[in-house]
Amino acid sequence: METAAAAVSTQSKVQFRAHRDALGDALVSLGAEYPNLVVVDPDVRVSTRSEAFFDAYPDRYVCTGIAEQNAMGVATGLASWGYTPVVPLYAVFAAGKAADQVLNSIAYSRSNVKIVGTHGGVNVGADGPSHQAIVDLGVMRSIPGMVVLTVADASEVEPALRAALSHEGPVYLRLERAATPVLGWGDIPFAIGNGLIVRDGSDLAIVAIGSMVFEGLRAADELQRQGISARVINMRSLKPMDSAMVERAAEETAGVITVEDHNEYGGLRSAVAEALAAIGAGPMRWVAVEDRFAESGTCSELREMCGLTAARIVERALDLVNARSHAYE
Amino acid sequence: MSESGTKVLKLKQRARAIRKYIITMTTESGSGHPGPALSLVEIIAALYFAEMRYDPAQPDKIDRDRFVLSKGHGVPALYGALIAAGFVSPQEMKRFRHADGLLAGHPCLKTPGVDACSGSLGTGLSIACGMAKGAKMRGSSARVFAVVGDGESDEGQIWEAALFAAHQRLDNLLVFTDRNKLQYSGSTSDVLRLEPLADKWRAFGWAVWEIDGHDFADILGSLQEAREVYGKPKMIIAHTVKGKGISFMEGSQKYHGKPASPEEGQRALLELEEKPL
Repeated sequence: METAAAAVSTQSKVQFRAHRDALGDALVSLGAEYPNLVVVDPDVRVSTRSEAFFDAYPDRYVCTGIAEQNAMGVATGLASWGYTPVVPLYAVFAAGKAADQVLNSIAYSRSNVKIVGTHGGVNVGADGPSHQAIVDLGVMRSIPGMVVLTVADASEVEPALRAALSHEGPVYLRLERAATPVLGWGDIPFAIGNGLIVRDGSDLAIVAIGSMVFEGLRAADELQRQGISARVINMRSLKPMDSAMVERAAEETAGVITVEDHNEYGGLRSAVAEALAAIGAGPMRWVAVEDRFAESGTCSELREMCGLTAARIVERALDLVNARSHAYE
Repeated sequence: MSESGTKVLKLKQRARAIRKYIITMTTESGSGHPGPALSLVEIIAALYFAEMRYDPAQPDKIDRDRFVLSKGHGVPALYGALIAAGFVSPQEMKRFRHADGLLAGHPCLKTPGVDACSGSLGTGLSIACGMAKGAKMRGSSARVFAVVGDGESDEGQIWEAALFAAHQRLDNLLVFTDRNKLQYSGSTSDVLRLEPLADKWRAFGWAVWEIDGHDFADILGSLQEAREVYGKPKMIIAHTVKGKGISFMEGSQKYHGKPASPEEGQRALLELEEKPL
């Protein structure tokens, strides 16, 4: 278990960086280390920043045109030659339009393909629901043998991609489009199957993914002011999930709150509930998109609209703590 | 007999053996798709016994020629070829479609000699494209062969792959369309019109042949010509008959996804034995 407790202050001035900018850099640097790394691109290299890889290694870049299904099949065929194809594309299309090819071509043959969903959650913003991925984690998590990774900020992109490349088999890595606060855990090795405790606490536990980890930290600050000590966990390896870390959180605190920019079904909430149900632990609360489509708008507008805020986490936390204390009366 | 006559006779013997395997495995397991397998027997026999380079002792050898059955439901024909070529024991036919066997209902990698998972229609051709592109990137002389169904060509992914293969100049990719003119609910012309199919592939940038898919001279001739074509992927539209080789299955939709009864299976095997090559 890695701990980055107290490494981050949400009070000081934070820097922002887009995950995909880090992806472009990581593809170039890891491209040098991994000569079999090739990029298969369904014509979104500007959006995904895989253009940097295209510029650096044009012979290891394959464009399929706007054809996501074919891209997944081509990646499968390339993998049969010992290549490690990375397919960066909008998360909503990876897990939607190309879901059959991810399942039946890549996963069924256990092909060594790394799918990078670059536009996770409603945090896509103005392009609207057609381009926002709120079911990708549920789809990918339910595919046999698929590893599902997320990042809390741009600094985790390179370590996450490195972890994906050192794993033999299919991996889905979810990024977000927007520039999000840089929390700086990039130096901590990214291990598949491990979560990261980013703040210690004993009254309750906030288990978050993606840039919602930052909202979790902000909520923990507010709860601290109200005398409640919240543990914050970055569950960056969603599958396999760090069940032991979740179980300990449930046992050592009043309960767990999951926080994700994803629909409330199939993603982090489901994963944590599955782990807790197995040991008969509870209760839990969740902050997620409440089974709806968002709108076109700014990222902050949409997160407000969908209740994906620190304030909402605080509200759910207080509800959990109050329910627990009533139960003991 | 001339050298080519001997070659064709041997291929006809292979085709008969593969047909017997198809009938045996589907009838004994009471499951599978005999009709769509029987139409591609000559194609697969020509590929495995006159064209492809492979070693049954090393099914994963990196420079082998690869084969992708994109119309995965025709897999009894592929298993027949793999048994005849020595990749798989004939004993496995008893466990066709059984959980503990090596021969699944649609192609998958647990079977020695199967190069790609397929069965979800439209997906196999894209994998074949990736294999052909990979061979070029590796500087390998390996070639990739595939069979798509005519009904399968309703799938949009087939045409995504068609664009890709031509754009990438994948002249190491050769694809047959098993043009048996029947799909699940009826004739391909009634369900969703494909014609002019050869023109479509030509317009997509492929070199195209139209042949009798049960005539080895035609198949071998087109394969020979295809070897001399550079810079383009190759499509051989093979006109075939669903259920070919078994009188009561020919042209019939009944045996698309349903095997022969045990009595019918006996009749079919007898027919194959008695019919002159």
